[in-house]
Amino acid sequence: MDLSAIDPLVLAASLMIAATPIMLAGIGELISEKAGVLNLGVEGMMITGAITGFAIAVQTGNPYLGMIAAMAGGAALALIFAVLTQLLLANHVASGLALTLFGLGFSSLLGQPYVGVRPPRTFKLEIPVLSDIPVLGRVLFQHDLIVYISVIVVALVWYFLKYTRAGLILRAVGENHDAAHALGYGVVKVRFLAILFGGATAGLGGAYLSLVRVPQWTEGMTAGAGWIALALVVFASWRPWRVLLGAYLFGGIVVLQLNLQAAGVRVPVEYLAMSPYLITILVLVIISSDRARASLAAPGSLNRIFHASH
Amino acid sequence: MTEHTPLLEIDGVTKAFPGVVANDGVSFSIRAGEVHALLGENGAGKSTLVKMIYGLVRPDAGRMRLHDAAYEPRDPSEARAQGVGMVFQHFSLFDALDVAENIALGMDDPPPQRRLARRIEEVSHDYGLPLDPARLVGDLSAGEQQRVEIIRCLLQNPKLLIMDEPTSVLTPQEVEILFTTLRKLAAEGTAILYISHKLEEIRALCDHATILRGGKVVDTCLPGEKSAREMAEMMVGARLNTPARAETQPGDVLLEVSELSVTPATPFGTKLHDISLQLRAGEVLGVGGVSGNGQDELLAALSGETRLPKSEIVFKGRPIGASGPNARRAMGVLSAPEERLGHAAAPDMTLTENALLSGAVREGLARRGFIAWRKARAFAERIIAAHDVRTPGPEVAARALSGGNLQKFVMGREIQQRPEVLIVNQPTWGVDAQAAAAIRQALLDLSAAGAGVLVISQDLDELMEITDRFAALNAGQLSAPRPTRGLTMEQVGLMLGGAHDMEVAHETA
Repeated sequence: MDLSAIDPLVLAASLMIAATPIMLAGIGELISEKAGVLNLGVEGMMITGAITGFAIAVQTGNPYLGMIAAMAGGAALALIFAVLTQLLLANHVASGLALTLFGLGFSSLLGQPYVGVRPPRTFKLEIPVLSDIPVLGRVLFQHDLIVYISVIVVALVWYFLKYTRAGLILRAVGENHDAAHALGYGVVKVRFLAILFGGATAGLGGAYLSLVRVPQWTEGMTAGAGWIALALVVFASWRPWRVLLGAYLFGGIVVLQLNLQAAGVRVPVEYLAMSPYLITILVLVIISSDRARASLAAPGSLNRIFHASH
Repeated sequence: MTEHTPLLEIDGVTKAFPGVVANDGVSFSIRAGEVHALLGENGAGKSTLVKMIYGLVRPDAGRMRLHDAAYEPRDPSEARAQGVGMVFQHFSLFDALDVAENIALGMDDPPPQRRLARRIEEVSHDYGLPLDPARLVGDLSAGEQQRVEIIRCLLQNPKLLIMDEPTSVLTPQEVEILFTTLRKLAAEGTAILYISHKLEEIRALCDHATILRGGKVVDTCLPGEKSAREMAEMMVGARLNTPARAETQPGDVLLEVSELSVTPATPFGTKLHDISLQLRAGEVLGVGGVSGNGQDELLAALSGETRLPKSEIVFKGRPIGASGPNARRAMGVLSAPEERLGHAAAPDMTLTENALLSGAVREGLARRGFIAWRKARAFAERIIAAHDVRTPGPEVAARALSGGNLQKFVMGREIQQRPEVLIVNQPTWGVDAQAAAAIRQALLDLSAAGAGVLVISQDLDELMEITDRFAALNAGQLSAPRPTRGLTMEQVGLMLGGAHDMEVAHETA
């Protein structure tokens, strides 16, 4: 065992990369849950994004076109969910689970020709001046574009929810849809948009996995990242900056266990590999133990079907 | 505009929903500065009518004119833009948002939050309804929440203010303050359309009344010149029977609660402090107070939904604090909670199934885990017959019944099980006058037969009418019970903790 092989700087830099997919998916799910919609299809939307992004990037040779296609792919899947739950008033939980199962199957069908193919490379964006700062520069400012975008998205979501009128309306719809309707706000419209946003960011998160982090296509490659993103929203008690914190925490554990594996720690690999998930469960148990607080943070109309009737 | 041209004219408005004509050729008018009452039983079409005025529902036929111009609001924001504001019966508020955010949501073009907060403080002070813009609405009392709704309307200088059952959640003192505000508004030229079941209030406040029955205007009157009873009979279209009771002497103590304290499971619940009471055979004990002061928690503690230390509740000498609802039912302690759909009854299950859910133990409707369907159906039919529940039959889903009929069913279900102690919360909430009278009579008959009845209610008139002793539940604390006979509304108001320092504001205003 050689723990000295683990470089804390590399660790810190790579945890941001490991965290980016779940952070993107998590922040989208946060918006959707803030509007009162629990979408359990995150995993399905992520993997759909992963394959559409991968396919388009390979076909066009441009990874950024791939990312955009991934967002469209995730949003397209989310659209199915939106139609089912908002227009046809289907049960949120069942529709979300179906979305995940469908996404996993559909993506492996689409992905048949792409197994073993190498995607075009995404380049690191070294921010001038800042990236030359010793230590910090290497950790924070030598990443690819999407890592920065993901942080900006979190900041924008925070600002949107806290300071804009549209954000207030979105929160109102999630808090009490009957009251929002009585005041004349379009509950279904707001929820549609929120669900689509959630699908787009989940798709982007998935494409980040297949195009940057891994980078290649394998069936079921999201490996539960969508579920982690869902847990992340609860962990964050529906607050944007805590999604970032939680994602980096989880990313850190993932990277650390990989490094420990590489360093040959004498713990069976299986235990190391399951550790991020175990810790997620543990954190959720601790947070949920204070039932009163947990129920206060959740949007009041979360997971309730809205039907306008007079 | 002169005094005589109406502000709002409704002319032959008709609205039909599948299976029911909610409004049938309704016409009436309101002048500026007038307080106009809309009276009617549940289902008479009052709500639909005001929803049309507020743009939530569009009429099938008929015309509305506002300021002598055609008025056809497509949605509430258009209605608000033309000077029509509405305070809802069930508050359209957001618990987890603060007062200023709630108010901003009800405005079409709100100023920035900081300026809005200042305006809220100004306007709320001018009208004697002080509010702190930064507080979370979920932490406010019902009276304060209503103020949020009213201020939300006032900030937009409405010409017409619609109020749907505004006093049902207020203490008598809070009602006085609300009336002072409304009279001030009317004096400034705002027209007020006022819906209420409480006829005494309408007599005190309103200039005119339009009475609806079955979606049609059946009468109009000047409320000051009619008695409450006359108006009630106009609404019902029949003579009303006041519940009558036989004189009985209270017997032995059946249920004794001592120093009961409960911490609620949710952040917006109320903590119960050291509640002690005795319930005797043959008496009706009333627990008054505005909803949200621990009523639900008290019912849950007495019904067995909340488990307590054994000795805090004693029934005929047996400690039952730790027993669950079915164990208590078996002994004869029954209860009916406030919320009809979802708590007292499972909305999508049939009446037979609902009868079974509570009656299985005492009526022997289940044997070795198997359901005796025939007996269950017979039990449901007995309830329906005994309590005049209007339904096609026991196989109808609970949801399909009107509020009053379902309430008669869930109350009857407990009464038919011959309880020794019955605890009810809001037995006539949202129920029309006739059904309410029937339910009250059934409770009185039950106590006359020797049972102890505990009625938790925020309808003070109801408690004055049927209870022997009255106690007030305020902020989770129960006052010492006093004999109901001879209590004045003034004294009751003081027992309920007054108006929560609201009077002061009016003196300065």
